[in-house]
Amino acid sequence: MIPPLLQVEDLHVEFATRRGRVQAVRGVSLDLLPGATLGIVGESGSGKSVTAYAVTRLLDRAGRISSGRILFRDQDLTRASEGDMRALRGGAISMIFQNPRSALNPIRSVGRQLMDALGAHQDLSGRERRDRALDLLRDVLIRDPERRFEAYPHELSGGMCQRVMIAMAVACDPALLIADEPTTGLDVTTQKTVMDLLARLTAERNMGMILITHDLGLAVQYCGDVAVMQEGQVVERAPAATLFRAPRHAYTRRLVAASPTPRSTVQDLVGEPPRPPPPPRPQAAGTPLLLEVRDLVKRYAGFAAVDGVSFSIRPGESLGLVGESGSGKSTISRLICRLIDRSEGTILFDGQDVGGIPARDFHANPLRREIQIVFQDPHDSLNPRYNAFDCIAHPLKRMLGLRDGAKLRARVEECARRAGLPTELLTRFPHQLSGGQKARIGIARAIAARPKLLVLDEPTAALDVSVQAVILKLLDDLRREEGLAFLFVSHDLNVVRMMCERTIVLQQGRIIEEGDSRALFAAPCADYTRELLAAIPHFDPAPALAG
Amino acid sequence: MSATLRHAGWVLRGNPITAVAATGVLLLAVLAIFAPWIQPYDPIASNVRNALQPPSAANWAGTDQLGRDILSRLIAATRLDLAIAISAVSISFAAGAVIGSLCGYAGGRMDRVVGRLVDVLMAFPLFVLAMAMVAALGNRVENIIIATAFINLPFYIRFARAEVNVRRDAGWVEAARACGDSHLSVVLRFLLPNILPAMAVQISLNLGWAILNAAGLSFLGLGVTAPTPEWGIMVAEGARFITSGQWWLVAFPGFTLMLAVLCFNLLGDGLRDILDPRMRT
Repeated sequence: MIPPLLQVEDLHVEFATRRGRVQAVRGVSLDLLPGATLGIVGESGSGKSVTAYAVTRLLDRAGRISSGRILFRDQDLTRASEGDMRALRGGAISMIFQNPRSALNPIRSVGRQLMDALGAHQDLSGRERRDRALDLLRDVLIRDPERRFEAYPHELSGGMCQRVMIAMAVACDPALLIADEPTTGLDVTTQKTVMDLLARLTAERNMGMILITHDLGLAVQYCGDVAVMQEGQVVERAPAATLFRAPRHAYTRRLVAASPTPRSTVQDLVGEPPRPPPPPRPQAAGTPLLLEVRDLVKRYAGFAAVDGVSFSIRPGESLGLVGESGSGKSTISRLICRLIDRSEGTILFDGQDVGGIPARDFHANPLRREIQIVFQDPHDSLNPRYNAFDCIAHPLKRMLGLRDGAKLRARVEECARRAGLPTELLTRFPHQLSGGQKARIGIARAIAARPKLLVLDEPTAALDVSVQAVILKLLDDLRREEGLAFLFVSHDLNVVRMMCERTIVLQQGRIIEEGDSRALFAAPCADYTRELLAAIPHFDPAPALAG
Repeated sequence: MSATLRHAGWVLRGNPITAVAATGVLLLAVLAIFAPWIQPYDPIASNVRNALQPPSAANWAGTDQLGRDILSRLIAATRLDLAIAISAVSISFAAGAVIGSLCGYAGGRMDRVVGRLVDVLMAFPLFVLAMAMVAALGNRVENIIIATAFINLPFYIRFARAEVNVRRDAGWVEAARACGDSHLSVVLRFLLPNILPAMAVQISLNLGWAILNAAGLSFLGLGVTAPTPEWGIMVAEGARFITSGQWWLVAFPGFTLMLAVLCFNLLGDGLRDILDPRMRT
């Protein structure tokens, strides 16, 4: 029997806030054998990150370990002195954080930072440190390490920065690596290379790893064991393969069901019986297209972010726009929304040329209310000084000229109900609402003026999976009931497949592939599409759903 | 409204210095508004027989060289000094916030031109510039206000420009445009209200500075003239009597001036916490 590397026993962490003490972690027990990998999965607020920070004793000032023990190689870290902890951190225990760019020092070259990390725990000469740093850069598969050694973080891509972070984390051969959402914010293909790299390094060096993630697929693919956390407690722990094939706890089951898979439908996500796809609306011959885009080009300082894109949307149709960062999908959504001006090409809406109207004048155009947008970050898209009611009332006042108190109130409340926002929350400000509630405000605001085309710019990217499931269901219902057309922009291919009849795959501002969603996902033609599909971390819950 | 008051109460309890400063500012405001009813004597009625009396039960702060009650003059001066400072700061705030926001939002050539003009203005010794303006425009109270407002303008332009600049790409700005707001309306209805909490801090600090500025000009004989009670003039006139031991002529107005400036400066930080809706939970 090998003694465990890390043993967390009945850990309680509390935070002092204005409303008194808040229990963030309530009795968590975990253990990890040397060289093993443990995934901690949970939604925001579940206490998964706090648990990890407690292990490294990096809780912020308001947080406190109120009881429990953390044994690392039989040393109780809850009692260790700050000096002992400093020796452990980066030495025997190291961490990788979510946003690699902000975790690196922007004014020091990455090679120097690696040398600093090596020097903090080992007594090496400058020459040796430099050689070791170059070796590490080679280990994390950075091509041409001599040149990258002198690079500053802003000169590297997000994926490269994360690889440098990994190099720093493994620099002193730690026994335990804690990775806190290491690939959130990275593209799927980058995520795959980063995770493969982490898996290889931990296996080669016999490191124990705790992977904290909200992505079930990622946890299943890269961890031996997975613990599911909810409200500060571990509700279920099992080997990855069985946990998702046969989830026992009700919360795990809900989480598994809410995660989009290559086969699921929007109804599956929320546990409802499937509905047939919306019947194609009767199209009389010669019915004008709702939106027609021809040879659209947008250049920024000579660089073409969108490079000759053409597509069309029929009334009531849903078109998916898929691509990785830099593919131009957000630029296209803003061009269609007439928030920015095109460089070349035509945009026809309802047969009228709207592309020629300068974006600065479009606000006064009667077509303004016909094209509305739901933004990616529900928090950032709400004015901090407007409460929910003001946010939803704003387009009504501006574009429909509603001033009358009772009429306005009735319409705002109707929109809130349509978006599933309880009307008693209308007096709250954005910072007093949850992510899902803010997303609902964004949707209620977008449908308030009864548009014909809704541009959805990654509407669920910032949400937890269970919230995403509910919001996707809401959007699907809205489309069926109001006959809205969607331009659905996303990096998540499974979501696009569920929500859209047709899909366009973008790469570097150009359309790579286009076609019926089902056919495209079942048998992609372009290599790039195949690569994207293969990179999605997945698990197979089919038996769980069948049983 | 009650939520705002409750929140203000919470901020003040956690921050006693702000509470003291707020009380001081409130006291000054009460003195300024009700000056004619509070002052025990007529602030400009002279009584030579009672000249240069030290503080006593009848004249709490003593009397000056013309036998005028210093306490009454201090109270009357509060009204004038606060009026000058508040009007000057309001003008520079209103103009500076609008110009700065527009520059910060639009960028481009307008931003560069205004930015360089501001740089030129800030290169002047500002107090000397204010003196020159009052001297050129005429020795009147309105001109002190104009000069003080003018030399404060660059700070507000820069401040508003920077605050708007970091917010111009926020999602809610785009959302407002998608809801049918023009660029101008986005600046005035969305961005300006959002930078107010940060500006409030600047305003509070600036009020103290404006008071000092007005008093300084009067001390040099610019703007307000005798016999009008004003802190700067009172210090200037009393300075002649320090050597002969009549300290109260200078000490009381000087001390009041210092307290007023200190209160406004200390109020700044607390104000930001009170006005920011995100600080409320």
